[in-house]
Amino acid sequence: MKKRSIIPILYIAFLMLPIYWLVAMSFKTTNEILSGFSLFPQTFTLENYITIFTDPTWYWGYINSITYVTLNTVLSVCVALPAAYAFSRYRFLGDKQLFFWLLTNRMAPAAVFALPFFQLYSSIHLFDTYLAVALAHTLFNVPLAVWILEGFMRGIPKELDETAYVDGYSFPRFFVTIFLPNIKAGVGVAAFFCFMFSWVEMLLAKTLTAVEAKPIAAVMTRTASSAGYELGLLAAAGTLTIIPGAIVIWFVRNYIARGFAMGRV
Amino acid sequence: MRTENQKAWFFVLPVLALVAFNALVPMMTVVNYSVQETFGNNQFFWEGLGWFEQILRSDRFQAALGRQFLFTFLILIIEVPLGIIVALSMPRKGFWVPVCLVLMALPMLIPWNVVGSMWNIFTLPQIGLLGYFLNDVLGINYDMTQQPISAWITVVVMDVWHWTSLVVLLCYAGLVSIPDAYYQAAKIDGATPWSVFRYIQLPKMKTVLTIAVLLRFMDSFNIYTEPFVLTGGGPGNSTTLLSIDLVKIALGQFDLGPAAAMSLIYFAITLLVSWLFYTLMTKDDAE
Repeated sequence: MKKRSIIPILYIAFLMLPIYWLVAMSFKTTNEILSGFSLFPQTFTLENYITIFTDPTWYWGYINSITYVTLNTVLSVCVALPAAYAFSRYRFLGDKQLFFWLLTNRMAPAAVFALPFFQLYSSIHLFDTYLAVALAHTLFNVPLAVWILEGFMRGIPKELDETAYVDGYSFPRFFVTIFLPNIKAGVGVAAFFCFMFSWVEMLLAKTLTAVEAKPIAAVMTRTASSAGYELGLLAAAGTLTIIPGAIVIWFVRNYIARGFAMGRV
Repeated sequence: MRTENQKAWFFVLPVLALVAFNALVPMMTVVNYSVQETFGNNQFFWEGLGWFEQILRSDRFQAALGRQFLFTFLILIIEVPLGIIVALSMPRKGFWVPVCLVLMALPMLIPWNVVGSMWNIFTLPQIGLLGYFLNDVLGINYDMTQQPISAWITVVVMDVWHWTSLVVLLCYAGLVSIPDAYYQAAKIDGATPWSVFRYIQLPKMKTVLTIAVLLRFMDSFNIYTEPFVLTGGGPGNSTTLLSIDLVKIALGQFDLGPAAAMSLIYFAITLLVSWLFYTLMTKDDAE
Protein backbone atom coordinates (compact mmCIF):
# COMPACT_ATOMS: atom_id res chain seq x y z
CA MET A 1 0.00 0.00 0.00
CA LYS A 2 1.49 3.27 -1.07
CA LYS A 3 0.84 6.45 0.85
CA ARG A 4 -1.08 8.14 -1.94
CA SER A 5 -3.73 5.42 -2.13
CA ILE A 6 -5.25 7.04 0.97
CA ILE A 7 -6.87 9.68 -1.30
CA PRO A 8 -8.93 7.30 -3.46
CA ILE A 9 -9.88 5.34 -0.33
CA LEU A 10 -11.14 8.46 1.45
CA TYR A 11 -12.94 9.59 -1.70
CA ILE A 12 -14.68 6.25 -2.17
CA ALA A 13 -15.62 6.20 1.52
CA PHE A 14 -17.25 9.61 1.04
CA LEU A 15 -19.17 8.27 -1.97
CA MET A 16 -20.32 5.15 -0.15
CA LEU A 17 -21.58 6.79 3.08
CA PRO A 18 -24.92 8.16 1.75
CA ILE A 19 -25.46 4.95 -0.23
CA TYR A 20 -24.83 2.86 2.89
CA TRP A 21 -27.29 4.99 4.79
CA LEU A 22 -29.96 4.54 2.14
CA VAL A 23 -29.49 0.76 2.14
CA ALA A 24 -29.44 0.63 5.96
CA MET A 25 -32.66 2.63 6.16
CA SER A 26 -34.37 0.31 3.72
CA PHE A 27 -33.98 -2.60 6.18
CA LYS A 28 -35.38 -0.69 9.15
CA THR A 29 -38.97 -0.57 10.34
CA THR A 30 -40.74 2.80 10.33
CA ASN A 31 -40.85 2.61 14.13
CA GLU A 32 -37.12 2.22 14.42
CA ILE A 33 -36.46 5.10 12.01
CA LEU A 34 -38.69 7.48 13.93
CA SER A 35 -37.67 6.36 17.42
CA GLY A 36 -34.07 7.50 17.12
CA PHE A 37 -30.63 7.03 15.67
CA SER A 38 -29.11 3.61 15.00
CA LEU A 39 -26.08 2.96 12.85
CA PHE A 40 -27.17 -0.58 11.90
CA PRO A 41 -30.74 -1.86 11.53
CA GLN A 42 -31.70 -3.19 14.99
CA THR A 43 -34.77 -5.15 13.90
CA PHE A 44 -33.81 -6.26 10.43
CA THR A 45 -36.88 -6.33 8.18
CA LEU A 46 -37.64 -7.09 4.54
CA GLU A 47 -41.10 -5.63 4.86
CA ASN A 48 -40.30 -2.57 2.71
CA TYR A 49 -39.06 -4.74 -0.16
CA ILE A 50 -42.03 -7.09 0.14
CA THR A 51 -44.37 -4.10 -0.19
CA ILE A 52 -42.64 -3.02 -3.38
CA PHE A 53 -42.62 -6.45 -4.99
CA THR A 54 -46.27 -7.16 -4.20
CA ASP A 55 -47.83 -3.78 -5.03
CA PRO A 56 -48.34 -3.37 -8.81
CA THR A 57 -48.09 0.46 -8.68
CA TRP A 58 -44.59 0.01 -7.28
CA TYR A 59 -43.16 -2.72 -9.46
CA TRP A 60 -44.79 -1.37 -12.61
CA GLY A 61 -42.81 1.79 -12.02
CA TYR A 62 -39.61 -0.22 -12.50
CA ILE A 63 -40.94 -2.07 -15.52
CA ASN A 64 -42.02 1.22 -17.12
CA SER A 65 -38.65 2.88 -16.48
CA ILE A 66 -36.66 -0.06 -17.82
CA THR A 67 -38.91 -0.30 -20.91
CA TYR A 68 -38.48 3.28 -22.05
CA VAL A 69 -34.78 3.30 -21.17
CA THR A 70 -34.18 0.19 -23.29
CA LEU A 71 -36.26 1.58 -26.13
CA ASN A 72 -34.33 4.83 -26.00
CA THR A 73 -30.93 3.09 -25.94
CA VAL A 74 -31.74 0.93 -28.96
CA LEU A 75 -33.22 3.85 -30.89
CA SER A 76 -30.36 6.25 -30.09
CA VAL A 77 -27.59 3.82 -31.00
CA CYS A 78 -29.33 2.67 -34.20
CA VAL A 79 -29.76 6.15 -35.67
CA ALA A 80 -26.39 7.32 -34.36
CA LEU A 81 -24.42 4.51 -36.07
CA PRO A 82 -24.83 5.63 -39.72
CA ALA A 83 -24.48 9.30 -38.75
CA ALA A 84 -21.27 8.66 -36.83
CA TYR A 85 -19.98 6.68 -39.81
CA ALA A 86 -20.69 9.63 -42.11
CA PHE A 87 -18.94 12.08 -39.76
CA SER A 88 -15.91 9.84 -39.35
CA ARG A 89 -15.45 8.95 -43.05
CA TYR A 90 -16.69 11.82 -45.20
CA ARG A 91 -16.55 15.55 -45.52
CA PHE A 92 -19.82 17.06 -46.66
CA LEU A 93 -21.50 20.40 -46.86
CA GLY A 94 -22.17 21.74 -43.37
CA ASP A 95 -20.72 18.77 -41.51
CA LYS A 96 -18.96 20.82 -38.82
CA GLN A 97 -21.96 23.07 -38.25
CA LEU A 98 -24.28 20.07 -38.05
CA PHE A 99 -22.02 18.35 -35.52
CA PHE A 100 -21.92 21.44 -33.35
CA TRP A 101 -25.68 21.96 -33.62
CA LEU A 102 -26.21 18.37 -32.46
CA LEU A 103 -24.04 19.03 -29.42
CA THR A 104 -25.88 22.23 -28.51
CA ASN A 105 -28.92 20.08 -27.79
CA ARG A 106 -26.91 18.51 -25.01
CA MET A 107 -26.62 22.02 -23.50
CA ALA A 108 -30.33 22.83 -23.44
CA PRO A 109 -31.81 22.89 -19.94
CA ALA A 110 -34.42 20.12 -19.66
CA ALA A 111 -36.65 22.59 -17.80
CA VAL A 112 -36.90 24.65 -21.00
CA PHE A 113 -38.34 21.68 -22.87
CA ALA A 114 -40.75 20.41 -20.25
CA LEU A 115 -43.81 22.38 -21.29
CA PRO A 116 -43.35 22.36 -25.10
CA PHE A 117 -42.65 18.61 -24.99
CA PHE A 118 -45.85 18.07 -23.09
CA GLN A 119 -47.79 19.95 -25.77
CA LEU A 120 -45.94 18.36 -28.68
CA TYR A 121 -46.41 14.79 -27.51
CA SER A 122 -50.01 15.43 -26.49
CA SER A 123 -50.81 16.79 -29.93
CA ILE A 124 -49.47 13.67 -31.69
CA HIS A 125 -51.25 11.40 -29.18
CA LEU A 126 -48.11 9.90 -27.75
CA PHE A 127 -48.55 11.37 -24.27
CA ASP A 128 -48.19 8.75 -21.52
CA THR A 129 -46.55 6.13 -23.75
CA TYR A 130 -43.09 4.55 -23.54
CA LEU A 131 -42.34 5.86 -26.99
CA ALA A 132 -42.87 9.48 -25.90
CA VAL A 133 -40.24 9.29 -23.17
CA ALA A 134 -37.87 7.28 -25.35
CA LEU A 135 -38.19 9.82 -28.17
CA ALA A 136 -37.84 12.80 -25.84
CA HIS A 137 -34.64 11.39 -24.35
CA THR A 138 -33.09 11.03 -27.81
CA LEU A 139 -32.75 14.83 -27.70
CA PHE A 140 -29.63 14.56 -25.54
CA ASN A 141 -28.70 10.89 -26.08
CA VAL A 142 -28.42 10.87 -29.87
CA PRO A 143 -25.85 13.70 -29.96
CA LEU A 144 -23.88 11.95 -27.23
CA ALA A 145 -24.01 8.59 -29.03
CA VAL A 146 -22.90 10.18 -32.32
CA TRP A 147 -20.04 11.88 -30.52
CA ILE A 148 -18.77 8.71 -28.80
CA LEU A 149 -19.23 6.42 -31.82
CA GLU A 150 -17.52 8.89 -34.12
CA GLY A 151 -14.46 8.82 -31.85
CA PHE A 152 -14.27 5.03 -31.95
CA MET A 153 -14.88 4.87 -35.72
CA ARG A 154 -12.08 7.31 -36.46
CA GLY A 155 -9.72 4.83 -34.80
CA ILE A 156 -10.54 2.22 -37.51
CA PRO A 157 -8.33 2.71 -40.60
CA LYS A 158 -10.12 3.51 -43.82
CA GLU A 159 -8.26 0.68 -45.56
CA LEU A 160 -10.65 -1.73 -43.87
CA ASP A 161 -13.59 -0.24 -45.82
CA GLU A 162 -11.69 -0.20 -49.08
CA THR A 163 -10.48 -3.78 -48.80
CA ALA A 164 -14.03 -4.95 -48.14
CA TYR A 165 -15.37 -3.15 -51.23
CA VAL A 166 -12.59 -4.66 -53.37
CA ASP A 167 -13.60 -8.06 -52.03
CA GLY A 168 -17.12 -7.37 -53.31
CA TYR A 169 -18.92 -6.63 -50.09
CA SER A 170 -22.00 -4.43 -50.37
CA PHE A 171 -22.14 -1.55 -47.91
CA PRO A 172 -24.82 -2.96 -45.58
CA ARG A 173 -23.07 -6.35 -45.48
CA PHE A 174 -19.70 -4.72 -44.81
CA PHE A 175 -21.16 -2.51 -42.09
CA VAL A 176 -22.85 -5.32 -40.21
CA THR A 177 -20.40 -8.19 -40.62
CA ILE A 178 -17.04 -6.39 -40.66
CA PHE A 179 -17.33 -2.85 -39.34
CA LEU A 180 -19.63 -3.37 -36.35
CA PRO A 181 -17.55 -6.16 -34.77
CA ASN A 182 -14.56 -3.80 -34.95
CA ILE A 183 -16.27 -1.07 -32.94
CA LYS A 184 -18.01 -3.38 -30.46
CA ALA A 185 -16.43 -1.52 -27.55
CA GLY A 186 -17.68 1.80 -28.92
CA VAL A 187 -21.23 0.51 -29.32
CA GLY A 188 -21.07 -0.80 -25.76
CA VAL A 189 -19.86 2.52 -24.37
CA ALA A 190 -22.42 4.53 -26.36
CA ALA A 191 -25.21 2.23 -25.22
CA PHE A 192 -23.99 2.54 -21.65
CA PHE A 193 -24.10 6.33 -21.70
CA CYS A 194 -27.54 6.35 -23.36
CA PHE A 195 -28.80 3.93 -20.74
CA MET A 196 -27.30 6.04 -17.98
CA PHE A 197 -28.69 9.40 -19.02
CA SER A 198 -32.12 8.00 -19.84
CA TRP A 199 -32.24 6.09 -16.55
CA VAL A 200 -31.33 9.07 -14.39
CA GLU A 201 -33.34 11.78 -16.19
CA MET A 202 -36.61 12.43 -14.41
CA LEU A 203 -37.99 15.85 -15.27
CA LEU A 204 -39.00 15.00 -18.86
CA ALA A 205 -39.96 11.43 -18.01
CA LYS A 206 -42.34 12.68 -15.34
CA THR A 207 -43.76 15.45 -17.50
CA LEU A 208 -44.56 13.10 -20.38
CA THR A 209 -46.32 10.39 -18.40
CA ALA A 210 -49.43 10.11 -16.26
CA VAL A 211 -50.52 6.55 -15.51
CA GLU A 212 -49.58 3.98 -18.15
CA ALA A 213 -45.87 4.73 -18.53
CA LYS A 214 -45.19 6.36 -15.19
CA PRO A 215 -41.52 5.99 -14.19
CA ILE A 216 -40.44 4.73 -10.79
CA ALA A 217 -39.44 8.26 -9.80
CA ALA A 218 -43.00 9.52 -10.12
CA VAL A 219 -44.23 6.63 -7.99
CA MET A 220 -41.65 7.56 -5.37
CA THR A 221 -42.60 11.23 -5.20
CA ARG A 222 -46.26 10.38 -4.97
CA THR A 223 -45.57 8.01 -2.08
CA ALA A 224 -43.37 10.56 -0.38
CA SER A 225 -46.17 13.10 -0.32
CA SER A 226 -49.29 10.99 0.18
CA ALA A 227 -48.32 8.14 2.49
CA GLY A 228 -47.05 10.33 5.30
CA TYR A 229 -43.42 10.02 4.37
CA GLU A 230 -42.60 6.38 4.78
CA LEU A 231 -38.85 6.72 4.84
CA GLY A 232 -38.12 2.98 4.93
CA LEU A 233 -40.23 2.31 1.86
CA LEU A 234 -38.70 5.27 0.04
CA ALA A 235 -35.20 4.03 0.93
CA ALA A 236 -36.00 0.53 -0.34
CA ALA A 237 -37.36 1.93 -3.61
CA GLY A 238 -34.23 4.08 -3.96
CA THR A 239 -31.94 1.14 -3.25
CA LEU A 240 -33.61 -0.88 -6.01
CA THR A 241 -33.00 1.91 -8.55
CA ILE A 242 -29.24 1.62 -7.96
CA ILE A 243 -29.10 -2.04 -9.02
CA PRO A 244 -29.68 -1.77 -12.82
CA GLY A 245 -27.00 0.91 -13.08
CA ALA A 246 -24.56 -1.16 -11.04
CA ILE A 247 -25.12 -4.19 -13.29
CA VAL A 248 -24.69 -2.21 -16.50
CA ILE A 249 -21.55 -0.47 -15.29
CA TRP A 250 -19.89 -3.77 -14.37
CA PHE A 251 -20.12 -4.87 -18.01
CA VAL A 252 -18.39 -1.80 -19.41
CA ARG A 253 -15.96 -1.19 -16.54
CA ASN A 254 -12.90 -1.47 -18.80
CA TYR A 255 -14.26 0.97 -21.36
CA ILE A 256 -16.09 3.72 -19.43
CA ALA A 257 -13.07 5.96 -19.04
CA ARG A 258 -12.10 5.45 -22.66
CA GLY A 259 -15.57 6.23 -24.01
CA PHE A 260 -15.55 9.91 -23.20
CA ALA A 261 -11.85 10.43 -23.83
CA MET A 262 -12.18 9.33 -27.45
CA GLY A 263 -14.69 11.90 -28.56
CA ARG A 264 -13.55 15.09 -30.20
CA VAL A 265 -14.56 18.43 -28.78
CA MET B 1 -8.15 11.24 -44.82
CA ARG B 2 -11.85 11.91 -45.04
CA THR B 3 -13.14 12.21 -48.57
CA GLU B 4 -15.66 14.70 -49.88
CA ASN B 5 -19.00 12.99 -50.42
CA GLN B 6 -22.35 14.76 -50.31
CA LYS B 7 -24.24 11.46 -50.19
CA ALA B 8 -23.08 11.19 -46.59
CA TRP B 9 -26.07 13.40 -45.83
CA PHE B 10 -28.29 10.35 -46.26
CA PHE B 11 -26.53 8.69 -43.33
CA VAL B 12 -27.15 11.72 -41.18
CA LEU B 13 -30.82 12.09 -42.13
CA PRO B 14 -32.33 9.85 -39.43
CA VAL B 15 -30.44 11.69 -36.69
CA LEU B 16 -31.33 15.00 -38.23
CA ALA B 17 -35.03 14.15 -38.46
CA LEU B 18 -35.18 12.87 -34.89
CA VAL B 19 -33.27 15.71 -33.26
CA ALA B 20 -34.98 18.34 -35.40
CA PHE B 21 -38.37 16.99 -34.36
CA ASN B 22 -37.35 17.11 -30.71
CA ALA B 23 -35.46 20.39 -30.78
CA LEU B 24 -36.97 22.62 -33.45
CA VAL B 25 -40.68 22.11 -32.83
CA PRO B 26 -40.46 22.76 -29.06
CA MET B 27 -38.04 25.62 -29.63
CA MET B 28 -40.47 27.27 -32.05
CA THR B 29 -43.26 26.80 -29.50
CA VAL B 30 -41.13 28.59 -26.93
CA VAL B 31 -40.27 31.42 -29.34
CA ASN B 32 -43.95 31.69 -30.21
CA TYR B 33 -45.01 32.05 -26.58
CA SER B 34 -42.21 34.42 -25.74
CA VAL B 35 -43.57 37.20 -27.97
CA GLN B 36 -47.27 36.81 -27.14
CA GLU B 37 -49.67 37.43 -24.31
CA THR B 38 -52.55 35.08 -23.59
CA PHE B 39 -55.65 35.46 -21.44
CA GLY B 40 -56.69 31.84 -21.89
CA ASN B 41 -59.26 30.53 -24.42
CA ASN B 42 -56.40 30.10 -26.88
CA GLN B 43 -56.44 33.81 -27.70
CA PHE B 44 -53.04 35.31 -28.22
CA PHE B 45 -51.92 38.90 -28.57
CA TRP B 46 -48.66 40.18 -29.95
CA GLU B 47 -46.40 41.27 -27.15
CA GLY B 48 -43.10 41.91 -28.94
CA LEU B 49 -40.04 41.86 -26.75
CA GLY B 50 -41.95 42.97 -23.67
CA TRP B 51 -41.52 39.71 -21.80
CA PHE B 52 -37.78 39.72 -22.39
CA GLU B 53 -37.48 43.21 -20.98
CA GLN B 54 -39.66 42.35 -18.02
CA ILE B 55 -37.67 39.18 -17.20
CA LEU B 56 -34.27 40.82 -17.58
CA ARG B 57 -35.31 43.66 -15.27
CA SER B 58 -37.06 41.57 -12.64
CA ASP B 59 -35.29 41.17 -9.31
CA ARG B 60 -36.51 37.61 -9.11
CA PHE B 61 -34.74 36.58 -12.31
CA GLN B 62 -31.55 38.44 -11.42
CA ALA B 63 -31.46 36.84 -7.98
CA ALA B 64 -31.99 33.35 -9.43
CA LEU B 65 -29.32 33.99 -12.05
CA GLY B 66 -26.90 35.19 -9.36
CA ARG B 67 -27.51 32.07 -7.27
CA GLN B 68 -27.07 29.93 -10.37
CA PHE B 69 -23.70 31.48 -11.21
CA LEU B 70 -22.53 31.18 -7.60
CA PHE B 71 -23.57 27.51 -7.54
CA THR B 72 -21.85 26.67 -10.84
CA PHE B 73 -18.72 28.59 -9.79
CA LEU B 74 -18.50 26.65 -6.52
CA ILE B 75 -19.06 23.36 -8.33
CA LEU B 76 -16.29 24.02 -10.83
CA ILE B 77 -13.66 25.21 -8.35
CA ILE B 78 -14.32 22.25 -6.05
CA GLU B 79 -14.95 19.40 -8.48
CA VAL B 80 -12.26 20.03 -11.08
CA PRO B 81 -9.22 20.20 -8.71
CA LEU B 82 -10.62 17.41 -6.52
CA GLY B 83 -11.19 15.25 -9.59
CA ILE B 84 -7.63 15.83 -10.81
CA ILE B 85 -6.16 14.98 -7.38
CA VAL B 86 -8.14 11.75 -7.09
CA ALA B 87 -7.29 10.75 -10.68
CA LEU B 88 -3.56 11.37 -10.07
CA SER B 89 -3.51 9.22 -6.96
CA MET B 90 -5.42 6.28 -8.45
CA PRO B 91 -3.57 3.05 -9.25
CA ARG B 92 -2.73 2.68 -12.96
CA LYS B 93 -3.01 -1.08 -13.28
CA GLY B 94 -3.98 -4.15 -11.35
CA PHE B 95 -6.98 -5.60 -9.59
CA TRP B 96 -8.06 -2.38 -7.89
CA VAL B 97 -8.53 -0.33 -11.08
CA PRO B 98 -11.93 -1.73 -12.18
CA VAL B 99 -13.10 -1.82 -8.56
CA CYS B 100 -12.27 1.87 -8.11
CA LEU B 101 -13.87 2.82 -11.44
CA VAL B 102 -17.12 0.96 -10.75
CA LEU B 103 -17.47 2.31 -7.20
CA MET B 104 -16.70 5.85 -8.35
CA ALA B 105 -19.14 5.73 -11.26
CA LEU B 106 -21.95 4.42 -9.08
CA PRO B 107 -23.33 7.83 -7.93
CA MET B 108 -23.70 8.93 -11.56
CA LEU B 109 -26.05 6.01 -12.29
CA ILE B 110 -28.55 6.77 -9.57
CA PRO B 111 -31.73 8.52 -10.79
CA TRP B 112 -31.56 12.19 -9.92
CA ASN B 113 -34.63 12.26 -7.74
CA VAL B 114 -33.25 9.29 -5.78
CA VAL B 115 -30.05 11.29 -5.26
CA GLY B 116 -32.17 14.05 -3.77
CA SER B 117 -34.13 11.66 -1.54
CA MET B 118 -30.94 9.89 -0.51
CA TRP B 119 -29.32 13.11 0.65
CA ASN B 120 -32.51 14.13 2.36
CA ILE B 121 -32.51 10.90 4.37
CA PHE B 122 -28.75 11.26 4.96
CA THR B 123 -28.95 14.80 6.35
CA LEU B 124 -32.18 14.71 8.41
CA PRO B 125 -31.44 15.90 11.96
CA GLN B 126 -31.74 13.06 14.52
CA ILE B 127 -32.53 10.47 11.82
CA GLY B 128 -29.88 10.93 9.12
CA LEU B 129 -26.29 9.80 9.59
CA LEU B 130 -24.82 13.22 8.77
CA GLY B 131 -27.56 15.19 10.48
CA TYR B 132 -27.17 13.13 13.66
CA PHE B 133 -23.37 13.33 13.59
CA LEU B 134 -23.27 17.11 13.13
CA ASN B 135 -26.04 17.97 15.59
CA ASP B 136 -25.71 15.40 18.34
CA VAL B 137 -22.04 14.42 18.24
CA LEU B 138 -20.29 17.61 17.17
CA GLY B 139 -22.94 19.94 18.57
CA ILE B 140 -23.18 22.02 15.39
CA ASN B 141 -26.62 23.45 14.80
CA TYR B 142 -27.41 22.06 11.36
CA ASP B 143 -30.85 21.98 9.80
CA MET B 144 -31.20 22.15 6.05
CA THR B 145 -34.88 23.02 6.14
CA GLN B 146 -34.35 26.08 8.35
CA GLN B 147 -30.93 27.58 7.59
CA PRO B 148 -30.06 28.86 4.11
CA ILE B 149 -26.33 28.30 4.76
CA SER B 150 -26.86 24.63 5.68
CA ALA B 151 -29.07 24.19 2.64
CA TRP B 152 -26.45 25.68 0.33
CA ILE B 153 -23.62 23.59 1.76
CA THR B 154 -25.76 20.45 1.45
CA VAL B 155 -26.71 21.17 -2.17
CA VAL B 156 -23.07 21.82 -3.13
CA VAL B 157 -21.73 18.76 -1.26
CA MET B 158 -24.44 16.65 -2.86
CA ASP B 159 -23.34 17.74 -6.33
CA VAL B 160 -19.68 17.13 -5.46
CA TRP B 161 -20.69 13.66 -4.32
CA HIS B 162 -22.73 13.10 -7.47
CA TRP B 163 -20.48 14.40 -10.24
CA THR B 164 -16.81 14.65 -9.16
CA SER B 165 -16.39 11.09 -10.45
CA LEU B 166 -17.04 12.29 -13.98
CA VAL B 167 -13.97 14.55 -13.74
CA VAL B 168 -12.01 11.68 -12.17
CA LEU B 169 -12.94 9.24 -14.95
CA LEU B 170 -12.09 11.69 -17.70
CA CYS B 171 -8.75 12.75 -16.18
CA TYR B 172 -7.90 9.14 -15.47
CA ALA B 173 -8.55 8.30 -19.14
CA GLY B 174 -6.11 11.06 -20.10
CA LEU B 175 -3.49 9.87 -17.61
CA VAL B 176 -3.42 6.22 -18.66
CA SER B 177 -2.76 7.30 -22.24
CA ILE B 178 0.68 8.68 -21.25
CA PRO B 179 3.42 6.21 -22.27
CA ASP B 180 5.81 5.03 -19.52
CA ALA B 181 8.73 6.40 -21.51
CA TYR B 182 7.67 9.96 -20.64
CA TYR B 183 7.96 9.22 -16.93
CA GLN B 184 11.31 7.47 -17.37
CA ALA B 185 12.69 10.44 -19.28
CA ALA B 186 11.44 12.77 -16.55
CA LYS B 187 13.11 10.59 -13.91
CA ILE B 188 16.47 10.70 -15.75
CA ASP B 189 16.18 14.49 -15.99
CA GLY B 190 15.53 14.60 -12.24
CA ALA B 191 12.14 16.25 -12.59
CA THR B 192 10.19 17.08 -9.44
CA PRO B 193 6.65 15.66 -9.05
CA TRP B 194 5.31 19.17 -9.70
CA SER B 195 7.14 19.56 -13.00
CA VAL B 196 6.02 16.06 -14.04
CA PHE B 197 2.47 17.21 -13.40
CA ARG B 198 2.92 20.61 -15.03
CA TYR B 199 4.78 19.53 -18.18
CA ILE B 200 3.69 15.94 -18.78
CA GLN B 201 0.41 15.10 -17.08
CA LEU B 202 -1.48 18.39 -17.39
CA PRO B 203 -0.87 18.85 -21.14
CA LYS B 204 -1.95 15.23 -21.74
CA MET B 205 -5.11 15.80 -19.74
CA LYS B 206 -6.00 19.00 -21.55
CA THR B 207 -8.51 17.58 -24.04
CA VAL B 208 -10.34 15.52 -21.45
CA LEU B 209 -10.24 18.41 -18.97
CA THR B 210 -11.90 20.65 -21.56
CA ILE B 211 -14.65 18.07 -21.95
CA ALA B 212 -14.94 17.73 -18.17
CA VAL B 213 -15.21 21.48 -17.54
CA LEU B 214 -17.73 21.91 -20.36
CA LEU B 215 -19.91 19.02 -19.23
CA ARG B 216 -19.77 20.09 -15.60
CA PHE B 217 -20.61 23.65 -16.56
CA MET B 218 -23.60 22.68 -18.71
CA ASP B 219 -24.99 20.13 -16.28
CA SER B 220 -24.54 22.21 -13.13
CA PHE B 221 -26.01 25.23 -14.87
CA ASN B 222 -29.07 23.22 -15.92
CA ILE B 223 -29.47 21.34 -12.64
CA TYR B 224 -33.05 20.84 -11.51
CA THR B 225 -34.14 17.53 -10.00
CA GLU B 226 -31.61 16.98 -7.20
CA PRO B 227 -31.90 20.36 -5.44
CA PHE B 228 -35.64 20.41 -6.10
CA VAL B 229 -36.15 17.09 -4.33
CA LEU B 230 -33.68 17.97 -1.56
CA THR B 231 -34.74 21.51 -0.64
CA GLY B 232 -37.60 22.43 -2.97
CA GLY B 233 -35.73 25.69 -3.54
CA GLY B 234 -35.93 26.68 0.11
CA PRO B 235 -35.69 27.71 2.82
CA GLY B 236 -37.38 30.76 1.38
CA ASN B 237 -35.87 31.20 -2.06
CA SER B 238 -32.29 30.60 -0.95
CA THR B 239 -31.64 27.57 -3.16
CA THR B 240 -34.03 28.42 -6.00
CA LEU B 241 -31.72 27.97 -8.97
CA LEU B 242 -32.68 29.01 -12.50
CA SER B 243 -34.35 25.76 -13.58
CA ILE B 244 -36.35 25.52 -10.38
CA ASP B 245 -37.58 29.07 -10.84
CA LEU B 246 -38.38 28.42 -14.50
CA VAL B 247 -40.47 25.34 -13.73
CA LYS B 248 -42.27 27.28 -10.99
CA ILE B 249 -43.24 29.98 -13.49
CA ALA B 250 -44.03 27.65 -16.41
CA LEU B 251 -45.80 24.69 -14.80
CA GLY B 252 -46.71 26.20 -11.43
CA GLN B 253 -48.11 29.60 -12.34
CA PHE B 254 -48.65 28.78 -16.04
CA ASP B 255 -47.28 32.19 -17.06
CA LEU B 256 -46.37 31.01 -20.52
CA GLY B 257 -45.05 34.27 -21.97
CA PRO B 258 -42.56 35.15 -19.21
CA ALA B 259 -41.55 31.48 -18.85
CA ALA B 260 -40.82 31.21 -22.57
CA ALA B 261 -38.83 34.45 -22.61
CA MET B 262 -36.89 33.23 -19.58
CA SER B 263 -36.23 29.87 -21.29
CA LEU B 264 -34.68 31.58 -24.28
CA ILE B 265 -32.53 33.88 -22.14
CA TYR B 266 -31.46 30.87 -20.07
CA PHE B 267 -30.54 28.78 -23.12
CA ALA B 268 -28.67 31.72 -24.67
CA ILE B 269 -26.58 32.18 -21.51
CA THR B 270 -25.73 28.46 -21.40
CA LEU B 271 -24.68 28.50 -25.06
CA LEU B 272 -22.68 31.70 -24.71
CA VAL B 273 -20.74 30.61 -21.62
CA SER B 274 -20.09 27.12 -23.08
CA TRP B 275 -18.75 28.74 -26.22
CA LEU B 276 -16.54 31.09 -24.15
CA PHE B 277 -15.12 28.18 -22.13
CA TYR B 278 -14.51 26.21 -25.28
CA THR B 279 -12.76 29.08 -27.07
CA LEU B 280 -10.60 29.96 -24.06
CA MET B 281 -9.58 26.38 -23.35
CA THR B 282 -8.70 25.53 -26.94
CA LYS B 283 -7.06 28.88 -27.75
CA ASP B 284 -3.50 27.59 -27.41
CA ASP B 285 -4.07 24.80 -29.92
CA ALA B 286 -4.96 27.24 -32.65
CA GLU B 287 -1.82 29.32 -32.26
